[in-house]
Amino acid sequence: MQVNRLSHGGRINRARALSFTFNGRKYQGFEGDTLASALIANGVSLTARSFKYHRPRGIVGAGVEEPSTLVELMGNDASANRPVTTVPLKEGLIAKSVNCWPSPAVDIGAVNQLFARFIPAGFYYKTFKWPNWHVYEPSIRKATGLAGTPQEAPDQGHFEARYAHCDVLIAGAGPAGLLAALTVGRAGLRVMIADEGTEAGGSLLSRKLVIDGQPAMDWVAATVAELHDMPNVKHLQNATIWAYREHNYLMVNERAPENASLLERHWRVRAGHVITATGAIERGMVFGNNDRPGVMLASAVQTYVNRYGARPGKRAMIFTNNNSAYAVAADLAAAGIEIVAIVDSRDDVPEVARAVVPDLEVVAGSVVTQAQGLRRVRGVSVVPRSGGVSRTYSCDLLAHSGGWNPAVHLFSQSRSPLIYAEGPATFVPDTPAQSVSACGAAEGQFELSAALHSGAETAAELCEGPALTPPEGEDLAYAIEPLWRVEQATGKAFLDLQNDVSVDDVHLAIREGYANVEHVKRYTTGGMGIDQGKTGNINIIGTVALHQGIGMDEVGTTTFRAPYTPVSFGAIGGFRDESVVLPYRHTPLTKWNMDQGAFMYEAGARWRRPGYFPHPGEGLQEATNRECEAVRNGVGVYDGSPLGTFELKGRDVGKFLDYLYTNIMSSLKPGFGRYGLMLSDDGLILDDGVCLRLDEHRWIISTSTGHADAMNSHMEELLQTEFPDWNVFVTTVTSQWNNATICGPKARDVMVELGTDIDLSPEAFPFMTFRDGHVAGLPARVVRVSFTGELSFEVNVAPRHLRALWDKVLDAGSPHGILPVGSEASHVLRVEKGFLSLGHEVDGTVDPFDLGMGWVMSKKKADYLGKRSVHLRRDGPGVRRELVGVIPDPDRMIPEGAPLTPRGEKRPTEGFVTACVWSVVHKRWVGLALLENGHARHGETAQVRLKGGELIPVRVTPPVHYDPDGEKLRT
Amino acid sequence: MQYRLDYYLPLVKNVPMKQSYSFLSLLRHGLNKHTTWTPAWRSLPLKDRYDVIVIGAGGHGLATAYYLAKEHGLTNIAVLERGWLGGGNIARNTITIRSNYMRDASIPFYVKSVALYEEMTQELNFNTMHSKRTMVDVIQNYPMMRDRRRRQHIMDIYGSTYKQLSPSQVRERIPALTGGGPDARLPIVGGYVHTDAAVNRHDAVGWGYARAIDALGGEIHQQTPVTQILRGTDGRVAGVETPRGVIRAPKVAVAVSGHTTTLTETVGLRLPLRTMNLTAFVSEPVKPLIDVIVNCPDAGFYLSQSDKGEMVIGGAPDFGQSFRRDIKQHVFEDTVTAMLSLFPSFKKLKLMRQWGGHLDIAHDASPIQDETDVPGLFVTAGWWGGYKAIPAGGLTLAHLVATGQPHPLMAPFTLKRFRHLEYVMETGTTTAR
Amino acid sequence: MMNIPCPFCGPRNESEFSFGGPLKPDRPDPNATDDEQWVGWLTEVPNPHGPVQEKWWHVKGCGTWFTIWRDTRSHDIVEGPLDAG
Repeated sequence: MQVNRLSHGGRINRARALSFTFNGRKYQGFEGDTLASALIANGVSLTARSFKYHRPRGIVGAGVEEPSTLVELMGNDASANRPVTTVPLKEGLIAKSVNCWPSPAVDIGAVNQLFARFIPAGFYYKTFKWPNWHVYEPSIRKATGLAGTPQEAPDQGHFEARYAHCDVLIAGAGPAGLLAALTVGRAGLRVMIADEGTEAGGSLLSRKLVIDGQPAMDWVAATVAELHDMPNVKHLQNATIWAYREHNYLMVNERAPENASLLERHWRVRAGHVITATGAIERGMVFGNNDRPGVMLASAVQTYVNRYGARPGKRAMIFTNNNSAYAVAADLAAAGIEIVAIVDSRDDVPEVARAVVPDLEVVAGSVVTQAQGLRRVRGVSVVPRSGGVSRTYSCDLLAHSGGWNPAVHLFSQSRSPLIYAEGPATFVPDTPAQSVSACGAAEGQFELSAALHSGAETAAELCEGPALTPPEGEDLAYAIEPLWRVEQATGKAFLDLQNDVSVDDVHLAIREGYANVEHVKRYTTGGMGIDQGKTGNINIIGTVALHQGIGMDEVGTTTFRAPYTPVSFGAIGGFRDESVVLPYRHTPLTKWNMDQGAFMYEAGARWRRPGYFPHPGEGLQEATNRECEAVRNGVGVYDGSPLGTFELKGRDVGKFLDYLYTNIMSSLKPGFGRYGLMLSDDGLILDDGVCLRLDEHRWIISTSTGHADAMNSHMEELLQTEFPDWNVFVTTVTSQWNNATICGPKARDVMVELGTDIDLSPEAFPFMTFRDGHVAGLPARVVRVSFTGELSFEVNVAPRHLRALWDKVLDAGSPHGILPVGSEASHVLRVEKGFLSLGHEVDGTVDPFDLGMGWVMSKKKADYLGKRSVHLRRDGPGVRRELVGVIPDPDRMIPEGAPLTPRGEKRPTEGFVTACVWSVVHKRWVGLALLENGHARHGETAQVRLKGGELIPVRVTPPVHYDPDGEKLRT
Repeated sequence: MQYRLDYYLPLVKNVPMKQSYSFLSLLRHGLNKHTTWTPAWRSLPLKDRYDVIVIGAGGHGLATAYYLAKEHGLTNIAVLERGWLGGGNIARNTITIRSNYMRDASIPFYVKSVALYEEMTQELNFNTMHSKRTMVDVIQNYPMMRDRRRRQHIMDIYGSTYKQLSPSQVRERIPALTGGGPDARLPIVGGYVHTDAAVNRHDAVGWGYARAIDALGGEIHQQTPVTQILRGTDGRVAGVETPRGVIRAPKVAVAVSGHTTTLTETVGLRLPLRTMNLTAFVSEPVKPLIDVIVNCPDAGFYLSQSDKGEMVIGGAPDFGQSFRRDIKQHVFEDTVTAMLSLFPSFKKLKLMRQWGGHLDIAHDASPIQDETDVPGLFVTAGWWGGYKAIPAGGLTLAHLVATGQPHPLMAPFTLKRFRHLEYVMETGTTTAR
Repeated sequence: MMNIPCPFCGPRNESEFSFGGPLKPDRPDPNATDDEQWVGWLTEVPNPHGPVQEKWWHVKGCGTWFTIWRDTRSHDIVEGPLDAG
């Protein structure tokens, strides 16, 4: 039984009943209801318990401002902490109140009310200190947090994102926003208008107003229809503009779009100009027990009666300091609700206000000091402000209005300042900081005709031609005398219902020195709730101003931050998979590797590479050993395609490379290659690699896989910003040249078997040269470089040929037991050889001398990147850590990164082990380390100190554990 | 460089407060309807001369003033704040306290800072709600695993804990972590747990220090912006200029984070600092779900659940210099996507608030604490992620200001290191094999 | 997400660009400066509370390096794009 449903009226579809469950009980409402209006229609008034004291609470507002009743939706609608007023009713909806157990009626936590006196604002800071916070924290955590946590991702539906560009974005489809849209729409501008409500109209949906002699909603319908027919206008309902970013970039959250499987849509809008026509939010009056169920904002009561045909009470009292509540009283009376009296804090009530309710008793110059009743308001105590006897009025509903605050949130998020306006007694938009303007109630124009005019004029400034003549709206003139709190209040008078912040709390904060409004807010937690103090903040500011005897402007307002209302993370980033944000890079062999059962992982720069190729039953170490032995004793092949590769063309490439690398590259002859190091101008190693000179003006350089992108940026920046007159063009060819690198003593045999027109003899084709020709019938560039220390042929082919080449290499190598080699084996082989690896030995602190590579620092060149800085640093007093080999004795593995300390003592380190591998050559563990003054310490025993104090003695050696003279790679 | 591992100043006994805070005092004042509480700190008249001026009543400035008074007996001091005390980055961070660093220069400093935080509630008679709830690093990439492995042994030397976890142990610690499976784009390959890590209540830290400074005789002046640092004819610092007049002092310490260069440029000083914007965001409050600090370096975010139930989430600083506290939407969306890949159930959780703060980053990304080329003018800067450093940063700066010598824990972080480009590199060490 | 004017492509989303840092004075001749000047040039960058000239690279677009003057307080682009050379 919808006991409080009015017999007629409201924008609900009485033909379609919807059943829903609230706190375990079944109810019925109508299509068009919100959960709040349906509960009111069903006479459910105790809907919540408060956060701190667990006081009984009801529904207070009718929109996003609702500070009191938060619900948790269950099932596939699962969503926590939803203001009950923003939940559209739907068939089968299941909801429950947050923060009470087992129900709002029987709430165990209500026991807190007994201690209320001893838990004022900030009480946490003063107690729960002994012996420490951990004793108390678990139970306190359990008590907070409002709704339960989401357990699973939504199992149906998805999110999506769209970009939009427009000349004008209008926030809010109330009277001002609609008229603004009409104005710029007719002028042909690209317009987007977004409104958070289920239908357009804004405040007109809740009020009985007339525009141009017609019901205002008829004008809304005609305007929406005209906008709909304009191809240059996009109109969204159920769409909240929740963030206003730099450069007029705004985020819109659209709910319940046309597609049922679409949960939410995320709009990213770049707007030429923004008009905030976001309306205004009513603030309450601050008196004793102003939180009792049945104490509601006047505009909310009006909304329930007019828009939903639901009656929040039968005997209403009105308490106001402004004219707008008189219109509410008139609407209530018209709906058959008994108005006991209107209490107005003003001594002189304007005649225009009295005139709309000529038959009602107005108690002027008086205030409500306290609401009576516990689980439902039963009456109010009223006292003249000048003093006198308190009088009690019996009622079951108290509709109160403390005035109106423009919804300045978006305007303020644009970093535009606000200013306190004495007339409307509120903060209004000041000078815009971006291309934004406010109109209508959002600008402080609270009367309909003024709002319409302001909408038309604001929009007219954006387009040429005369402004539209706005339609005539009839409305009660607005006037207010601010009353930030009722001084005569008895009982707890709340400023922030959501966080249970009372006037006493604010006074206590100020008394204790937390006088700045930011301190007040943080000490009391006022305005820190989910509603961000939409109804209460300004009363807090007023209370502070009164207490300190200063103006509202001096107190200032707190910062409005995104989001305007909470937005689900799914709608912000749930519309794409992480593999879309970070796509893998593949080579033509990635699939083959996976088919072989290779252990695949990302080894930097998003390349997915094989770590090792295990045989059945093998682990990392066995497989890696097998692959290493193949390379050292027979032959192996690996896919070197991810290596960064660039082609440089132009007359000045040699000069450029001489600046980029520490050694001289310009002297290189065509057909030859040279290894080099690149430094930053800070003198730190950026990268290493090989340069090949193809001809006079064409070069190929390779960089490490992980740094290819950074090197590209580095080269382009230098060429475009430092040397724009140099004739050098850089092209990334990493994906144009793929390679199979055949390495091992039998590599030449495999090359012969593959068939090639290149003379492979060491005399004709020595180390650090390259040849163009054919390999296995495929056009190829073969390079004699080596990252393993063995004889190697890097066979570069076009990507479309790599797979064919690979198969032929494996065939040709099978008599020699050729194996594919993964990253793990490559790592072992390079450590045995003492070759560098970025991220291991090159950790952002070392210079070439530390690595024993002083020879690479050209003395001939007057200048190149990093030269000055390396020498400057080496002239300093700092002790250098230098690259050495380490051999653990006794033989055992050393965890990578383990520190070396002087004599193994527990004291500052003198270095660390950069890598340690099982050497298939030496049949023991060998490693590399950076060690203070390491070059002078070959032969010494140093101490690795592990966590817990375990020591590993290591013999310090030169860093090359295998073939120190490099005979093998030159053969 | 030599450090004393056992470095520990003999702290003065807990500060005698004018009005003690306890459960009993709450009861007593409660019977008086709480009308008998006195201010935690006073608003005193601004004098025209002090022994030391500290600019900035953020975390580092307040901690410095506190230790100047407490450890060095300097009580004729004033903290000047252009806004409200505790409103610097101390009000805009993610309250994460930890010491899992990689270099000898950094670890002992942060170990000290963590220890000072742990004692703070008792020392200040103000509940900072220090919750030592451990941090779990969720590792989704082998190079990152290597970085973390490297840290554990060196951290142990300084008494900081770090222990490896298997992927299943990571999930045991964080049941809500249901993403990052073997087939995920970034599969969880392991983790590390840092049991020293904690979160606390940032406001309480600022207010607790302010109350203690007041009790020890120091002054805090809010709404007192410094517009100019003044030098005497001898070249030494002479004081500062404010809209409330010139205030003289032989020593001035600048603790203003992102605004450091703005102030030091008033005496022609240039410093190797850049101001950046770092943003963070919180979810709506929900019942307890995550009881550790979750750090996901590969995904690029970290989060913890506050005692109020909000998920507090942070990422990396935005590119570009900025004095604007605004989030970069595209970076934010990527962070959220990364978070949802590990915590898919958070799709239903809602963003409640987001904010930004100005921080300054030095050329080598490590902090700077030193006397500048203007004698008597001290800076403490480059503390991006400086919340965890507040107590030790204050302790060491107070030592430097009072004695003229860098505190041993801060010796590697003076400006002198730049003379020979001897950078302290905490970052930039992990790259691909 | 700023809207950055590429001199070649016109205004594009910031996510298409890579930040190249504030524009420093010309690199001094390393053989003709003293240590202090060299270190100063290397480590100090303009850090104004106001407009700063900085480099951007349209890496996900045309590949052009260019500069703009951007106000660090508001992120408003007050001048540019300018030729980075």
